[in-house]
Formats: sequence, structure tokens, C-alpha cells
Amino acid sequence: MDSVGIVSYGAYIPRYRIKVDEIAETWGEDGDSIRKSLWVFEKSVPDIDEDTVTIAVEAARSAIGRREIDPLRIGAIYTGSESHPYVVKPTSTIVAEAIGATPLLTAADFEFACKGGTAAIQACMGLVGSGMIDLGLAIGSDVAQGAPGDALEYTAAAGGVALVIGRSELAAEIEATYSLTTDMPDFWRRDGMPYPEHGGRFTGEPAYFRHIIGAAQGLMEKTSTTPGDYDYVVLHQPNGKFPMRAARMLGFTERQLGPGFVVPHLGNTYSGSAMMGLAAVLDLAEPGERILMASFGSGAGSDAFLVRVLDEIRELREKAPSVSELLKDPTYVSYATYARHKGKMKM
Amino acid sequence: MTVPRFWRKLKHRYNLLGTHCTTCETYYYPPRKICPKCRRRGEIEPHRFKGEGKLLTYTIIQNPPEKITAHAPYVLGIVELDEGPRLTSQIICSPEEAEIGMRVRSVFRKIGEESAEGMIYYGTKFVKL
Repeated sequence: MDSVGIVSYGAYIPRYRIKVDEIAETWGEDGDSIRKSLWVFEKSVPDIDEDTVTIAVEAARSAIGRREIDPLRIGAIYTGSESHPYVVKPTSTIVAEAIGATPLLTAADFEFACKGGTAAIQACMGLVGSGMIDLGLAIGSDVAQGAPGDALEYTAAAGGVALVIGRSELAAEIEATYSLTTDMPDFWRRDGMPYPEHGGRFTGEPAYFRHIIGAAQGLMEKTSTTPGDYDYVVLHQPNGKFPMRAARMLGFTERQLGPGFVVPHLGNTYSGSAMMGLAAVLDLAEPGERILMASFGSGAGSDAFLVRVLDEIRELREKAPSVSELLKDPTYVSYATYARHKGKMKM
Repeated sequence: MTVPRFWRKLKHRYNLLGTHCTTCETYYYPPRKICPKCRRRGEIEPHRFKGEGKLLTYTIIQNPPEKITAHAPYVLGIVELDEGPRLTSQIICSPEEAEIGMRVRSVFRKIGEESAEGMIYYGTKFVKL
């Protein structure tokens, strides 16, 4: 297969935030201990007229606009999410129409809890690498659900990232990818149910840590690399504690984890989580630097990627909002406004 | 809005796709097939608007249609695109933030939905630049 990689990228984060303390106060919990146990201080909240589709479109437009890509070159659009607004009717067709990529392309929606977006990257890599298409658009977008009062409510956030995958004009090459998948009942949402269920502490060791560490170690074995060969590591960020611990277990330092560690002031953007960390790293990485990114999706699996940044990355700087710019100057909302925006209040 | 009616204009709702008369350099949104100024001398071509402009005037909606009561209060304004056309749109900002003359840019948002079971309508709104 020819070398494939990232031609462009774009991110989108809604402007609203709610503080963990505000949620804790609503449910009579101790905000201080929740903040410390999760290492999350606030999370993004979608506007009342934003959903997975609108976030995916904004991220896709940002990716296309950053490099002034002709959308008609895009031969495949895959959107990973666990909060597609339609159960039947693809998010990806709406994105395709909204960016002007129709009608000569293939499109589908992916669902694999928090790793649907990285599965989309791999699918695009295959199509692009085999020469079946010129460019592919892989999107991870979510307005994550958490039942009122559930532990998930402190972290379930909104945001999305789109990557344009191609063979030439690469800003970063994806040198290798490695996946690990098992049938793991750690987190699920049944058809017709508004909120997911989870296995509590069961989601940690046998689910997140086993899969993400297995995939990251497998990638390093496959590519004969060690943590010292990487400048950055980005791991799925369901909270702050999990990726910090997993990075330590793998042998990475805080310096390698820091630039892509966006969860404390963003929350868990589910399908957008690891990809948001990658986008934050691409915003500042220099040519020649190497990134290890590993997603995690409950159910369960992890996709790991070795990304090497190329000279073209400099051409993309300041052509679209960076992740740190998107995180800047948020508007904080009360729990009542958050509940209204998320449709938790029925009128 | 019915599903067929929405579908027919979908391209122009998702993106600001209009037309441009190369004879008199006038831009139109929604698109016109014939330039009303130049008539048969007019040469019409498709034009994708950049999506930036200024807020000409606005009002605050306190009592919205039944299906979007949760959106109130919201700002409804007339935007003048940099190329010239004017259109009515919701402006995504608090009533206190709205200001005549402020720069705005287009964004992709939900416009409404038929019902909990029905179709979701997406389209263009504007945010402060």
C-alpha cells in the first residue's frame, strides 16, 4: 500500500461549558472530590440547535477550508458517533451535501461507542491506500449522553473532529495502525433508550486499560518503536485519570501526554475524544515529530496509530481555528440551561 | 414545512448558494434564473457566498412558534452579505450581545423538526464574528 496520511484536519467545540461543581451541586454531591477523582473541571455543552450532524458539518468545513480542498475530490465520508440524531438516515449524507461533496461518493455512519471516528480513519486509509478513492473524510462527532444524576453526566460532552485522508500533499503520514477488539459488555445503550448503561468500575481494568494498552503496545511492537521514539502520546480521554494512568503504564511521560490532553476543560467528546487530542497536537507539532494515538470504544476495542508530522503541516497553521482557540472564552451555563440545551427538560 | 418542500431547497439552505449576474455584477440569494435588472442581456452564473456580512437590523422573539418554544428568547435579524444580498435569519447570540452593524458569519444549525418522529430540518444561521 502507498503511504497514506492526513491531508487536512478540522475541529469544532460548542461555545458553552458547565462546571463540574454546578452539576454536583444540583445532585447534592461534593464537587471538589468529583473534580479530583475525575480530573475534569468543566465540559462542553451543545447549543439548543446543535447536534452530532451540525458538529460534524462544522468540523468537516473547517478541515476542507484549512486547505481549500475541492470537496468533489472526496470519495468517501464516514462519521463515527454514538449519538447520530437519526437511527435510520445517515449523518454522513447530510455532511456530504453540506460540504458540497455529493453525489459521486460512498458514505456510511459508524458506531463503536467512543471509537467510531478512528474506525472511520482506518476505512478511509484502506480506500485511499488501495487507490479506490482520491480523498476520504473521517469524522468523529458526538453530543454525548449521560442520564441525569449518573456519573457519566460529569464528563459527557460535545465536539467533533474531521480528518481528510489522502495519498499526496500529506501534512502527516500515518505510518502504521494496529487494533485490538474483544466482546466486552462494559457500556451499552439499547435501541430506543435515551441514555447508556455502564458496568461502573468494570469499565476500567478489563475494558479501557486492557484494550488501549494492548493496542498501543501492539503498535509499538509492530513498528519496533518504544515510548522514547515518540514526541507525543494521545489516548482516549473518558476522564483525566484514565489516560494519565495508562500513559504511565505504557512508559510515557507527562511531557508527551500534555499537549493532547484536552479533557480537563472539555470533557469526554466520545467519538471525538482521541481525535480532538490529535488535532490539538497537530496544531503545534513540528515536522519530523511522531505521535502515538490510541482510541478506545466500549464494547470494546482500541485503534492505535503511528503518525509522523511532515513539512506541509506548516501550511495548515492558522488557516482554521485551533483546539486551544475553540476552548478559549467559553460561556458558562447553569444546570437548568444545560438541561434545556440537552433536551433533558420536556416542554 | 413539508418534506418535499424542504428537500427541493435543501442545497440552498445548507449552503448560501445563489447566483451572480456578470452583466451588472449583482448577486442574488435565493438564486434567480433571470436578472431582473438586465433581463435578456443578463448573464447568470451560480455563486457560492462566502457567508460573511453584517447585521442590518434585528428583533427579539419572546413568543416563538410552538415547536421551538425552548429557544426563546432568540434574536431574528436581517443580514446583509458582503456581496450584497439580504436575508432573514436567526442570529446565534444572546439578546444583550446583538448589535446593529456587527459582523456575522454563517454556521450550520438545526432549524427545526417536524415532530419527535419526523424529519429534522438543518440549515444556515449566523453567529457573531
